[in-house]
Amino acid sequence: MHKYRFSRKSLGVPYALFLLIFVAAPLFVLIYYAFTNGRGQFTLQNLTGFFSDPNTLGTLFYSFGIAFATTVVCLLLAYPTAYVLAASRLRAKSVLIMIFIMPMWINFSLRITALKEILTWLEGSLAYHPFLNTVLGMSYDFLPFMILPIYTTISKLDGALLEAAKDLGAGDAQAFLRVTLPLSLPGVISGVSMVFLPAMTNYVVLDMLYNSTYIMGSLIGSYFSAYNWHGGSMIALILLGIICLFTLLTGGMEEENTRGGALL
Amino acid sequence: MIRKIWKNLIIIGILLFLYLPIMILAVYSFTDAANIGAVRGFSLHNYVTLFTTPELVNMIVGTLLLALGASVIATILGTLGAIGAFYSKKGAASVIMTMNQVPVVNADVVTGFSICILLVVVLGISKDTYIPLVAGHVTLCAPFVFLSVIPKLKQMDSSIYEAALDLGATPFTALVRIVIPQILPGIVSGFALAITLSLDDYFVATYTKPATFDTISTYVVNATKGAQTNIKTALWALSTVIFLAVVLFTVVMTVRAGKEQKERNGA
Repeated sequence: MHKYRFSRKSLGVPYALFLLIFVAAPLFVLIYYAFTNGRGQFTLQNLTGFFSDPNTLGTLFYSFGIAFATTVVCLLLAYPTAYVLAASRLRAKSVLIMIFIMPMWINFSLRITALKEILTWLEGSLAYHPFLNTVLGMSYDFLPFMILPIYTTISKLDGALLEAAKDLGAGDAQAFLRVTLPLSLPGVISGVSMVFLPAMTNYVVLDMLYNSTYIMGSLIGSYFSAYNWHGGSMIALILLGIICLFTLLTGGMEEENTRGGALL
Repeated sequence: MIRKIWKNLIIIGILLFLYLPIMILAVYSFTDAANIGAVRGFSLHNYVTLFTTPELVNMIVGTLLLALGASVIATILGTLGAIGAFYSKKGAASVIMTMNQVPVVNADVVTGFSICILLVVVLGISKDTYIPLVAGHVTLCAPFVFLSVIPKLKQMDSSIYEAALDLGATPFTALVRIVIPQILPGIVSGFALAITLSLDDYFVATYTKPATFDTISTYVVNATKGAQTNIKTALWALSTVIFLAVVLFTVVMTVRAGKEQKERNGA
C-alpha cells in the first residue's frame, strides 16, 4: 500500500487549482472571445471597431476625464487631512483614523443613495450638473482610499529629517516642500491608483446619480445586457490593458495594498 | 493659534463631507417624509416596512448568507494556499503570487464579466445553481485572505515547528498546533476583510447572480431606478441600521484593542 506522506507544500494545491480555474482560465477565454466573432473565426474587428467608433473613443476619453477629476479632488481633500492627522499629537489618534475609515464598511450603494438624496434636495434636480455630481459621488465613495495610504507614509516619516532641515535653516514651508512632500510621494501614488482605476469603471455611481453618459465600465454592462460577449470581452481586455499599464507605472512604489491594509 | 484652527477646520470639514449625508438620511429615516427637506412627524414605519416586507428581508438574509459562505470558503482556500506557497520552491510560489495578484488589481467589472463568460457562456452552468455567484465572490475575497496570511507566516518563528517535529509530533499535528495558532491573527483579519468585500460587492454579483436573487447592492441600485416610495424610504432605514452596526462594531473593537494594549503594558 502506498503510504500518503503529508507535506506542507501540498496544502497549496487546491488554491493553485482554484486560481487556474477562476483567474487564469477566464482571462484566456476573455482573450479568445475578444479576437473571434459569433462564428468562432479569428477577427480583429472588435479591436478596430473600438478605436474607429467615435462613441466608444468618446467614452474612453470621458472615463479618463471623470477619473482624472475624481483623483484630483480626492488628492486635494486627502493630502491636508492625512498630513494634519499624521502630525497631530492627539492620544486618541487611532480612534480618529478609525472614524475616517469607517465609511468604507458601509455598503457603497447605500452611501451613494444618501448623497443622491442630499444633492437632489440642494440642487432641485440632479440633471443640471451630471459631471459635477458624478465627480462628487466618486470622491465621496473613494476618499478614504486616498487618505489612508498618504497617512501611513507620512506617519512613518523620520522626524529627525525634519529637525535636521530646520537646524540647517529651512523654514516650515521649505521643510515641507523639500522633505515631507517628496518622501510622502509613494503614499500619494498608491492612493492615486486606488482611486483612478475604480473611477474609470464604477459605473453604478454614474447611473445612480442619473448621469446618462458612459464610462468604460458601462460599456461592459451594455454589451452584457445585449449578450454581445465578443464586444464585451474586447472592452474588458482593453480595460485590463489600461490597468496593467497603470499598475506597471505605479508599481514598485506601492508598499502595501490598502484595500487590504485598511482593516488592520 | 491660527494654524490650529485651520487644522481643526480641515478635519471637521472632511468628517462632515463623509458623514453628513448618512446622518441626515438617518434622521429622515425616523419620519414619514418621502423626500429629504420635508418637515414631517416622527414615525417608525420605515423600520416596520424594512423588517416585514418579505422581498427586503430575503435580500438582506441572502446577502449575509452569501458573504458568510463565500468568506468561509475563501478563508480556507486562501490560508491553505498561503501556507503551501510559503513552503514551496520560489518558482511555484511566484506563479501562485502572480495569479493571486490578478483579482486584486483587476477591476471588479472585468473579474465578474470574465467569470460569467467562462462559467455561464462557455461551460453552460446555469446562474440559478448559485455556482457562478459563489465562485465569483470566492475569487473576489480569497486573494485578500492570502495576502493577509503571508506576512504572518514570514514573521513566524520557524524553530518552534522544527522543535515540535524533534519532539515527535507529526507534520500535520505540528501544523495544526504550532503554525495555525501563530498565523491566526492574519486568518481572522483576512476573514473579516472577505466579509466586507463580499458585502460591498455590486459588479461580480450582477454578472453572476440568478435573476431572482438580489444582494443589498444590486437591490439598492435597481430600487433607486424604480419609483416605489415606501421601498425607497425603507432603504434609508437599512442604511441607518448598517451605519449603527458599523459604529457599534468599531467601538467594541477599539475598546478591546485598548484593553489588550493596557494588559500588555501592565505585564
